Amino acid sequence: MTLTTELMPFEEAMARFDPVLGLEVHVELNTASKMFCGCPTAFGAEPNTQVCPVCLGLPGALPVVNGAAVEAAVRIGLALNCQIAPWCRFARKNYFYPDMPKNFQTSQYDEPIAFDGWTEVDVDGEPFRVEIERAHMEEDTGKSLHVGGSTGRIHGADYSLLDYNRAGVPLIEIVTKPIEGTGARAPQVARAYVAHLRELLLSLGVSDVRMEQGSLRCDVNLSLRPDPGAPFGTRSETKNVNSLRSVERAVRFEVSRQAAVLAADGHVVQETRHWHEDTGETTPGRSKEQAEDYRYFPEPDLVPIAPPREWVEELRAGLPEPPREHRARLQAQWGLSDLDMRDVVGAGALPLVEQTVDAGAPPQAAKKWWLSELARRANERGVELTELPITPAQVAEVQALVDAGRVNDKLARQVIEGVLAGEGTPEEVVSARGLEVVSDDSALGAAVDRAIEANPDVAQKIRDGKVAAAGALIGAVMKEMRGQADAARVRELIIDRLS
Amino acid sequence: MAELIQRSALELADAIARGETTSVEVTQAHLDRIAAVDEAVHAFLHVDADGALRAAREADERRSAGQPASALDGVPVAVKDVLATKGMPTTCGSRILQGWMPPYDATVVARLRAAGLPILGKTNMDEFAMGSSTEHSAYGPTHNPWDLERIPGGSGGGSSAAVAAYEAPLAIGTDTGGSIRQPAAVTGTIGVKPTYGGVSRYGLVALASSLDQAGPCTRTVADAAALHEIIGGHDPRDSTSIDRPLPALREAVANADLSGVRVGVVKELGGEGYQTGVRARFDEAVKLVTDAGAEVVEVSCPHFEYGLGAYYLILPSEASSNLAKFDAMRYGLRVLPDDVDSPSAEQVMTATREAGFGDEVKRRIILGTYALSSGYYDAYYGQAQKVRTLISRDFETAFAQVDVLVSPTAPTTAFRIGEKLDDPLAMYLNDIATIPANLAGVPGISVPSGLADEDGLPAGLQVLAPATADDRLYRVGAVVESLLEAQWGGPLLAQAPELGGRR
Repeated sequence: MTLTTELMPFEEAMARFDPVLGLEVHVELNTASKMFCGCPTAFGAEPNTQVCPVCLGLPGALPVVNGAAVEAAVRIGLALNCQIAPWCRFARKNYFYPDMPKNFQTSQYDEPIAFDGWTEVDVDGEPFRVEIERAHMEEDTGKSLHVGGSTGRIHGADYSLLDYNRAGVPLIEIVTKPIEGTGARAPQVARAYVAHLRELLLSLGVSDVRMEQGSLRCDVNLSLRPDPGAPFGTRSETKNVNSLRSVERAVRFEVSRQAAVLAADGHVVQETRHWHEDTGETTPGRSKEQAEDYRYFPEPDLVPIAPPREWVEELRAGLPEPPREHRARLQAQWGLSDLDMRDVVGAGALPLVEQTVDAGAPPQAAKKWWLSELARRANERGVELTELPITPAQVAEVQALVDAGRVNDKLARQVIEGVLAGEGTPEEVVSARGLEVVSDDSALGAAVDRAIEANPDVAQKIRDGKVAAAGALIGAVMKEMRGQADAARVRELIIDRLS
Repeated sequence: MAELIQRSALELADAIARGETTSVEVTQAHLDRIAAVDEAVHAFLHVDADGALRAAREADERRSAGQPASALDGVPVAVKDVLATKGMPTTCGSRILQGWMPPYDATVVARLRAAGLPILGKTNMDEFAMGSSTEHSAYGPTHNPWDLERIPGGSGGGSSAAVAAYEAPLAIGTDTGGSIRQPAAVTGTIGVKPTYGGVSRYGLVALASSLDQAGPCTRTVADAAALHEIIGGHDPRDSTSIDRPLPALREAVANADLSGVRVGVVKELGGEGYQTGVRARFDEAVKLVTDAGAEVVEVSCPHFEYGLGAYYLILPSEASSNLAKFDAMRYGLRVLPDDVDSPSAEQVMTATREAGFGDEVKRRIILGTYALSSGYYDAYYGQAQKVRTLISRDFETAFAQVDVLVSPTAPTTAFRIGEKLDDPLAMYLNDIATIPANLAGVPGISVPSGLADEDGLPAGLQVLAPATADDRLYRVGAVVESLLEAQWGGPLLAQAPELGGRR
């Protein structure tokens, strides 16, 4: 793709214009079954194996609402400080597309289940309040794979393959009100908001929030105006911006692009735009003038949803601590610095470290394992920390072995290697690999005697009072014991013999 | 054998239970009848002789083991082609579904099978149940057994004609605006539209989801009650299904008595536009009912006159969305456009829908698409919903005064095939008396009221009851049936001309 778009440098754009953001986030719920039928929702199954008459839209089939999805929607709404509708309906959004089996999407229109909320996100350590317009329930579409052509889009493709496994997976769409007052921090605010939502949804346990698998998808709306008092400018909607970094980049790009258009006395076109991860650009999609009329009307195949007040209050009472409060509490409890805490959060390791601490490990040690050794291993394998085949409880068990003096740091790494290789629990790896440190005095004593014999000069120095020289003898013993000696005990034995 | 097909479903069940005949014998008799007369009537789109006889043998085994599956075990039934049947084609009378074999059974069909009723086949209908004459079937019209030159009503003309022609003792119809009751009226048979939500819609290919309801088509009120009890009741797969037991329907027939029953004659249904003979038979029936001890009063339902207009906005709106799924992508007809080398999905959709849908279906899709469009929604769909609410209130007010409402079922007797085909509005008017019940979700029955003097063709009397009080239809319907049959000296159908020579 060649860059033909005029851009104004970001800093200049920010000096001349005031940005207004809007974010629409689609979250796939992790319910066991789909929104309107009993089909499973597992990611990555063989195409068209998780389908039935309902989610294939076969003639005569009817939807039934998944109660677990409604519960998740209400909990999300409550966590975003929204009002929960006492009565709401689904609506049909009518448009033709082959990956949509009924050629209408069952969604919510003017009666969302949750509305008028707010949430506070952390932007470089400072709170920023984002107003929430609504959170509503809908079903996902199937997936199209366009074969042939260069773009991977339907245009120019030779043919398309359709996979309906995803059709009918429950989605919650969370829409912000226009976000004003960010100034030049707009890219960071956008990113922080999406990161915050991820964390919030994760703490609620309602979604896997894997952006790379599409279980959290983001549309970025942006407009510019001359100054904060002016009416909103015309906005663009950049679709499918599916990583935190891309959210930030997309905002920067749109700011620079729209600023250049406006500075040249042009008009920003109201349109949807495609995001290109590789080049960091957006390109025009369909313009809103050709936009479809979705002919929304209340879904006659479903009855209204009326969440009982008592149930909503029960759900509210059962909400987890909000992520910001939760983080602050843990940081204080663990005695971590702001910087350390930011590292933990940034690495996506907070829940892991927390669970490791809960399993008995000291906070510093838990943090150290996940952010160094395990982060390195995850990096090597190209997976997320959560995907490593080791549990927080096992990490705590390894640390307990260290604390008990049964393994040293180096051996502990080998234990972890064994667990990751599927050799069993830490205890099983220790015994299978024979990794336990030797603190048996007779075995160590013999090795110490041999080391003294082989290094008479060093031994003499120690006898003369240069205790620091003991390091060389400890090294020799460790080498002979292939690292599996208790270094502190070796030191004691050497001093005993030579004093 | 000739005698078998003339018996009611409950009489057949009795005869099978007593060992006087077998389900196989009964089923074969009806298959023979179909073979003899259906070329003339064309009630069936598909006949499943093998499947029906297989089910009949199983029924006989259960009967001989003394373990019948239901009161109607072994009695064959015909099913309107709008209900999904596993292993049997389901076309909805449309080209666009030609050859489609559903991989699943509609709940109604599953219940028929579970109750041991052999399914004879699928009956003809107006395409996607849009019509009042069965002339809009893509597979040719059904003929009224009373006069083969005339329509059998619609959209479920096939089901009612099959019952009237003794091709089946029982049939399932669906009623969105009168498609069970109006065909019953013009063929001299019984048709019941249950309370909305009383019979599962799962597997009923939707015309208008908020109006559609499946129900029985029979020759006696008692048979309708028995069939209704088999197909009705809660289904967790239909969110609009009522989660309550059905009232006792067969019991209502057995204890039919009109003393003290308050009957309201709907002032707005029966005046101008109603054929003289239809009106005369209705008035006579009302007099009989009065004489039998009912308290008869005139009741006004002032908003019924707006029912037809509201109906023709709500129905097309829902239909335009329900029929969007027929896009050639996953099942049914696929037509490639003539003049395009490698057509896009959109071009294939367009070509298929152009070729696959008939004119009446296209007319209603266009109407509905327009009514739901941004800028028109409030004026059309929105207003129609308000009328719907007003009609529901008319019913509430009326049912505060009376137990049931009565009216002629249809304004005319069967008209001639082709007579109204080019005048959709005249066709639509045929449902004027039946539509209010669908808009309000209340149940209705049509029972024969006699033959109109001017043409000698059957007319119907409609009884309407409050939602979930379907038992009242049967209580009143059964009394009307027995009083009139006493006058006629037998069922009205006995006066129908013979088909295919001997009956």
